[in-house]
Amino acid sequence: MSKEQNKSDFFDKKENVDKIIKVFYVVCALLVVADFIVHRHIYHDWENIPAFYAIYGFIGCVVLVLIAKLMRKALMREEDYYDK
Amino acid sequence: MISSLPLLPPFLPLLIGALAAIFLRGHLRSAVMLLTPIWGALQLAALEPGLYWAFEFLGYQLEPVRVDKLSLMFGYLFHLAAFIAVVYALHLKDTVQHVSGLSYAASAVGAVFAGDLLTLFVCWELLALTSVFLIWARRTDRAYSAGMRYIVIKVLSGVLLLAGAIIVINETGSAKFSDIGLGHEGLLNVGAWLIFVAFGIKCAFPFAHTWLTDSYPEATPTGTIFLASFTTKVAVYALARGFAGTELLVWIGVTMACFPIFYAVIENDLRRVLAYSMINQIGFMVVGVGIGTSLALNGAVAHAFNDVIFKGLLMMTMGAVLHMTGKINGSELGGLYKTMPKTTILCIVGAASISAFPLFSGFVSKSMIMSAAIEQGYDYVWLALLFAAAGVFHHAGIKIPYFAFFAHDSGIRTTEPPKNMLIAMTIAATLCVVIGTFPAQTVYALLPWQVSYQPYDLTHILTQLQLLFFSALAFVWLNKQSMYPPELPSTNLDSDWLYRKLAPGFLVPLYYSIIESMARVESMAKSGIKRLIDSSYDEAKEQPKGYFAQLWPTETMVFWVALLLAGILLLYYI
Repeated sequence: MSKEQNKSDFFDKKENVDKIIKVFYVVCALLVVADFIVHRHIYHDWENIPAFYAIYGFIGCVVLVLIAKLMRKALMREEDYYDK
Repeated sequence: MISSLPLLPPFLPLLIGALAAIFLRGHLRSAVMLLTPIWGALQLAALEPGLYWAFEFLGYQLEPVRVDKLSLMFGYLFHLAAFIAVVYALHLKDTVQHVSGLSYAASAVGAVFAGDLLTLFVCWELLALTSVFLIWARRTDRAYSAGMRYIVIKVLSGVLLLAGAIIVINETGSAKFSDIGLGHEGLLNVGAWLIFVAFGIKCAFPFAHTWLTDSYPEATPTGTIFLASFTTKVAVYALARGFAGTELLVWIGVTMACFPIFYAVIENDLRRVLAYSMINQIGFMVVGVGIGTSLALNGAVAHAFNDVIFKGLLMMTMGAVLHMTGKINGSELGGLYKTMPKTTILCIVGAASISAFPLFSGFVSKSMIMSAAIEQGYDYVWLALLFAAAGVFHHAGIKIPYFAFFAHDSGIRTTEPPKNMLIAMTIAATLCVVIGTFPAQTVYALLPWQVSYQPYDLTHILTQLQLLFFSALAFVWLNKQSMYPPELPSTNLDSDWLYRKLAPGFLVPLYYSIIESMARVESMAKSGIKRLIDSSYDEAKEQPKGYFAQLWPTETMVFWVALLLAGILLLYYI
């Protein structure tokens, strides 16, 4: 392995990652703020909830992952389960 | 130039390419394989809508080539997909893969231009027979048995299609493949359902989906690109042609869109994650077909078009990782962005497209289906699709690039894949962006049904961005809380457990217990006979125990003669 390949890359530095995540938080916040400024078209009653899509996306994904973790308990087997 | 070419059936150029690949080698083979999809696409441009080469067979009108806007759209798509897949596979010297890849593409083209059910059946079976070699070409035991299961299920689908087709042709008196629908009377309904189930198996309906997640990840890196492009899209085409507006499809589709994302989150093999994600995307299309309005059907076929390109792109990037590192499990990968930066960027383009970011191709087609769902009052379906859309971003949009190229550094140091692979991925990535940015000039121009739809308005962009960014926020938050399930080497049970574990675990012992009990009955019968013999012979005196057996034969005969005479005497008096 050459020296060049071992040098720490952009994402190896914690401060770079933290910076990106901070920018990401700001964008998220701006999107919620925009929800109150921009007049959205409403196609369905549920969309009247402020920041409906943001809340739904967040909760949806958390629930998705938590259920998937539970599924592991019932469904996970060793890697060569079918080969035996 | 186009008009000077002789008019050929649409599938023929690709088939000629496949035949040429058997005999040619080296650069000449590469050149011919690259030219045949282009030649085929030019052929399509020269075809006017209508019927070609129709003939009569056993009193039924067969229409091997029917050209209309729907078949043309899929025809162009399959030529494009074949071209990209051929570029991606150019570095290979494996004749089996080249021949089967191109003939598989030719069968898919044949299927979408088939105007009657019998031609459709023939192409349907050819799709299975030609594609299975792309799985076996991996040349591992796992690939061999996955290919076996694949071909058995595919042939089953073909048999159901043939049975259904025969019933429908017999009942209606016409072999034409057009709107079939469910809810007929009597035998015709049985035929329609058989065809529906045959389409459903290839479309990876729930419980019939495991052939896809089982076999695609076992195929070769290049073979999976062909596989991901054709079979399921032919099935979506067939459903759109035969069962548009069947409400059952809405519910099947929404199930397909939702359940695979749970599996995708916990799956370790990244190509299998993409296979699950493929079922999820097909779910969107099936919902569109089920709703059946012009907007929904347009959305379904537009999404099929885009899906072939962006799912192909994602599969290609994962194929490149597998090709270069020999590994594809999320638990063994990570940090590859350092040595494969171009592949990383191309993968992120694919991820943005499948997640339907504005300006990427998924956005312009998925939104059509969502809009159609809400327009037709399918509120809960719409809500479920929204959940599925967030889930796609979660597993295909973030998980795939994150665990392959970022996450913890696995220490693997490799290089970018061969040039032809990079070129193929770049073509697909460019198409994703071009289609997403200029839908009206590209994919919308090919749409079969007349409808005006504008994907880009402020509401739409804002709501989609909110959905996606907060899905990403959920990923970040779960990761920071260490609640995100780690990638683990594992197998997750799915409905293929029924025929890979339960059936063998149940039928094989049953077989042996039957064999065993038959042997036990036989030995019991033998020992019974032996006991009978034993009980009639005195071993010590070395003579039989029975009275008559102790007499001379003449004495016995005299006794029987006396008995007979007495009998005759008695009869005489009666």
